[in-house]
Amino acid sequence: MQKKISSMPFKGTPEQEAQLKAVIAENCHDKSNVMVVMQKAQDIYGYLPIEVQEMIADGMGVPMEKVYGVATFYAQFALSPKGKYNISVCLGTACYVKGSGDILELLKEKLGIDVGECTPDGKFSLEACRCIGACGLAPVLTVNDEVYGRLVPDDVDAILAKYAD
Amino acid sequence: MKLIIGEGSCGLAAGAGAVHAKLEELLAQDNPTAVELGITGCIGMCFLEPIVDVYDDEGELHRLVRVQEKDCKTIYEAATTGNLSLLDKLLITPEDAEFLSKQTRIALRDCGIIDPESIDDYIAHGGYQAITKILTTGMTPDDVIAEIDVSGLAGRGGAGFSTAFKWRAAKNADAGEDGRKFLICNADEGDPGAFMDRAVIEGDPHALIEGMLVGAYSIGASEAIVYVRAEYPLAIVRLKKAIVDATERGYLGNNICGSDFSCTLRIKAGAGAFVCGEETALIESLEGKRGMPRLKPPFPAQAGYWHQPSNINNVETYANVAWIINNGGKAFAAMGTENSKGTKVFALSGKIARGGLVEIPMGTTLREVIFGIGGGIRGGKEFKAVQLGGPSGGCLPASKLDTVIDYRELSATGAIMGSGGMVVMDESTCMVGMARFFLDFTAKESCGKCVHCRIGTKRMLEILDRIVAGKGEEGDIEKLEDLCYAIKDGALCGLGQTAPNPVLTTIRYFRNELEAHIAEKRCPAGECRELISYSIDQDVCVGCTACARQCPVQAITGERKSPHKIDQTLCIKCGNCKTACRFGAVVVA
Repeated sequence: MQKKISSMPFKGTPEQEAQLKAVIAENCHDKSNVMVVMQKAQDIYGYLPIEVQEMIADGMGVPMEKVYGVATFYAQFALSPKGKYNISVCLGTACYVKGSGDILELLKEKLGIDVGECTPDGKFSLEACRCIGACGLAPVLTVNDEVYGRLVPDDVDAILAKYAD
Repeated sequence: MKLIIGEGSCGLAAGAGAVHAKLEELLAQDNPTAVELGITGCIGMCFLEPIVDVYDDEGELHRLVRVQEKDCKTIYEAATTGNLSLLDKLLITPEDAEFLSKQTRIALRDCGIIDPESIDDYIAHGGYQAITKILTTGMTPDDVIAEIDVSGLAGRGGAGFSTAFKWRAAKNADAGEDGRKFLICNADEGDPGAFMDRAVIEGDPHALIEGMLVGAYSIGASEAIVYVRAEYPLAIVRLKKAIVDATERGYLGNNICGSDFSCTLRIKAGAGAFVCGEETALIESLEGKRGMPRLKPPFPAQAGYWHQPSNINNVETYANVAWIINNGGKAFAAMGTENSKGTKVFALSGKIARGGLVEIPMGTTLREVIFGIGGGIRGGKEFKAVQLGGPSGGCLPASKLDTVIDYRELSATGAIMGSGGMVVMDESTCMVGMARFFLDFTAKESCGKCVHCRIGTKRMLEILDRIVAGKGEEGDIEKLEDLCYAIKDGALCGLGQTAPNPVLTTIRYFRNELEAHIAEKRCPAGECRELISYSIDQDVCVGCTACARQCPVQAITGERKSPHKIDQTLCIKCGNCKTACRFGAVVVA
């Protein structure tokens, strides 16, 4: 899977760096924890810019190539920042059959962005995800951790309006 | 009086959280008759969520369905006054109740009944009896494996390999100087459309732990790991709590039940890669690497996690184990067919009237599951196909509905049992589009290790992309077939070897649809954008202007209260007009 790499300059804070260092210190005894550290780093920074991957590689004592390899292999790791509200439309089989493709197209149109992109104001980002296991409510989408199910295209405006702040 | 709210992921997404908060608020204000409020996991009736189960003082169940926040006041009044007739409007209908009464639940025995966050509730329902029996009555690992052998339990992740055989191989494997053996649970439920493993972990996590303990004892492992996909946050939370509770009660850790057997259990969260459902890729991922499959042999039983003997089973497989130990392998083997024993859980979804989790004995027909339990197609349309086994499986037509659920019978159709995804499609689903959907999935999820899978799926996707865009050529079907067989032969792992199945079954059962796309440039289901056109039936249109307002490209014109028209040169075929029209005047051709 190809990933979009952000061209935005890295803006990490010293607090974030301290948090990451603590996570690395907790896990560096075992190199197999590299994915765990990356998951936590993504929680801290919201995504995994090259600078953060380098800190992880140095701290864990694994080659940068390994860290980058893992970051690009797994769908969960984001190489570009997500919006304040990350909208993820499920394209699992059940959702697809029930028209989640139309919902995704509509969101692209309303937000003016493509999958994997973020609106210029940093508010919304859009992604397509694999099954989240809520097939009984298909089609579904999530906004951050909130799940919306049994969707019809008409629901899209109301959902976006909820995050108008 | 007890109120139990179904709080699996589906229930919560449908609004169970708001219902819970409201009931809690009402009961906190005044609760004269000490009404209890509790939770349970996935009840399995997704189509009726959110669900509230009311247990009256005699312990009788009154199931309330599609409960909304506004209904909470009524529920509160009924529960505190004992006047349950107030709830009549919310009660499940007898037809819907058949969805559960027609099932035989073993793996899901406690799902939707017990509180998944309470170890006491699990124990009260007979939990941890199996491991206690094994450890306190002197059953040897060989005795346990023999019992599992009698049951005929086979891997529920899809391949259907004998569980006893795998356990015996891991038990007999030499752990070398290191001495460690590992027991792993594959909870990387990647097949889109399957969610039984999520339901088990969210609804009955201790059943998984107990099954894994029995397995660990049998193969001689003292370390067990559950690899859960990252998309299941609630499952991870509930399993974490269950591990803490089980450790506190002495069911995990050192000297379990006072015996010599010690075992720890930990969770490893995946990071989103379908191929990690393949056992050797999963092991690579556990080791913190890219999840790329290893060459077999050696099998994980000989050289798995850190190249030590390891056994990997799926969640549903482990969820059956404690029941088998408690009730005997014979009782399990009494259900099912000659080749496939016990029950299987299916996640029924798509264009079905009643979707959810269905556990039925092997040997049941697809027709009974889809029409008998699932209530047939939603909205009175015609059944067209059922997809089994996700990206590794295939679509079966109506003529195969009498196939019984059995590993061999299903494989003979070209589909597979798979992990249990069962997505039903009606006449409005394009089967070519469906095949393209799965190829798009496998092409993206191919790890890239072997050429046949990496490039072959890409080439197949390109051909299918052409076909759905109306640019199919004569000979495309044969080209697809060639690629299918080459990938099947040339790929290293299960993902690649089974990736062609959706296309092969489409060619086998829906060849006419493929041909219509290629030769006539026509999509019989009216779904492929490049091959359809929208128009407005001038006799039906009342001129309400709803369609024109929804059209993103202003292709629709017309005076208010007179029929509208679509300019075909501007139309981008988004379908907004069809959705907007309340009169059925927008026609797809």
